[in-house]
Amino acid sequence: MGDFCMPSLGADMETGKLVEWVVVPGQRVRRGDIVALVETQKGLFEIEIFADGIMGEPLVQAGQTVPVGTVLAHFQSDQESSRTDEDLIIPPPPVEQQPSVPEASSEVLPPTPQVKPVLGRIACSPSARRLAMELGVDLANVQGTGPNGAIRREDIEQAAQHQKIEQEDDAPGRGLPPETTADETPGSAMRRAIAAAVSRSNQDIPHYYLETDIDMSRPLQWLEEENRKRSMRERILPVVLLLKAVAKALHDVPDLNGFWQEDRLQPKTDIHIGFAVALRDGGLIAPAIHHVGTRNLDDLMQAMADLIERTRAGRLRSSEMTDSTITVTNLGDRGVKTVFGVIYPPQVALVGLGRISERPWAENGMLGARRCLTATLAADHRATDGHKGALFLDAFNRHLQHPEAL
Amino acid sequence: MNQEQLQTIIFAELKTIAPESDPAELSPDENIREALDIDSYSFLKVLVGLNEQTGVDIPEADYGKLSTLQAMTEYLAARIR
Repeated sequence: MGDFCMPSLGADMETGKLVEWVVVPGQRVRRGDIVALVETQKGLFEIEIFADGIMGEPLVQAGQTVPVGTVLAHFQSDQESSRTDEDLIIPPPPVEQQPSVPEASSEVLPPTPQVKPVLGRIACSPSARRLAMELGVDLANVQGTGPNGAIRREDIEQAAQHQKIEQEDDAPGRGLPPETTADETPGSAMRRAIAAAVSRSNQDIPHYYLETDIDMSRPLQWLEEENRKRSMRERILPVVLLLKAVAKALHDVPDLNGFWQEDRLQPKTDIHIGFAVALRDGGLIAPAIHHVGTRNLDDLMQAMADLIERTRAGRLRSSEMTDSTITVTNLGDRGVKTVFGVIYPPQVALVGLGRISERPWAENGMLGARRCLTATLAADHRATDGHKGALFLDAFNRHLQHPEAL
Repeated sequence: MNQEQLQTIIFAELKTIAPESDPAELSPDENIREALDIDSYSFLKVLVGLNEQTGVDIPEADYGKLSTLQAMTEYLAARIR
């Protein structure tokens, strides 16, 4: 009997609320079927099952909030021996092994009577545990505020803050008002989730940045020609060409497509592009457009439209939150010229796209006005060097100059 | 279709894209996309919606001619049959 656990839908997730079971015990399911709805700081997600099999009894009921990794239900996989829920947890929590239960209960649980271990798991998320190590906070002194007294990252941050204040008792600036923590809105929860992810990225990932200007005349002319033949509904946006060209360039330079895990680069064969989507009420989600490399432009346009709609409606699937092998941030719509991105761990690169605008362009001794785009690459220097990055941007440009082959 | 009906349709389309906004507060010569923070995907959706409601086909080359409320209204009014 295997377990179906609360998945980690990204580096910044610590707990999830089981909103609804969409299967019943004994029901046969296939890998990729949606079995539950889970709510996180980033919204509502449809959780897919990781293998073919039969759903068992649920251990967590609708309405309960539990830490990542908590067993939600028993699950009988058809390939009982090989698969576990680990398949679902991509990316896995960083570095640490799950500590054994006795160690955890002595180390983690605060001495309040109402606190009990959550379904036999330790009540501290791996990311909080790691943060505690980094900030030198003793978990035994931390009061958890998560479900069932679980220790969350903000508890660690608060404890570290207290330690710091105690140490700097006489330092100036001590009289500053406390940060507002009370009535938290969904927007501020999203903000904190983003804050956790980008802090981790900036602390762990030595970024390098490359930038190049691309003459977009030819690809745009080609696209305008194509779109003239299409009804309004079928027209393709320029960003779709850019996404496809990213995928083709990654095919040429595969080292930028993958994860940095266990102290080494793990390139991925499939290209799933995390596409940063701004939400109307603030915040950001970068769900994956799956298999960009194998889609034609029409197909890709549809996939992007579908993803944007579902992101804004709050109906993403768990795989879309965990599969991205690289991220593309397109800020051109907002008039930005150059994007210097923050890599989303454990990915190793982010492609930034700016506005397409007319600029002076010199070629063959002639100066003219061309529609140009500034493309940037932010990449993890542990995984690749600038030379690789340069090859990527060069390939990106080359593929864009042959739009008919995209 | 008169000017007022046309404007009602435009407001409704903008409202689906930017539910928190009040399109009626846009000034006639304000850039709609900037004022309501609408990205190119959502703007395309607005235009497709207007096309379906009014029957006016908008070639891609004309997208830039619908950037303000006034321009949008005039463009559509001139082409509605």
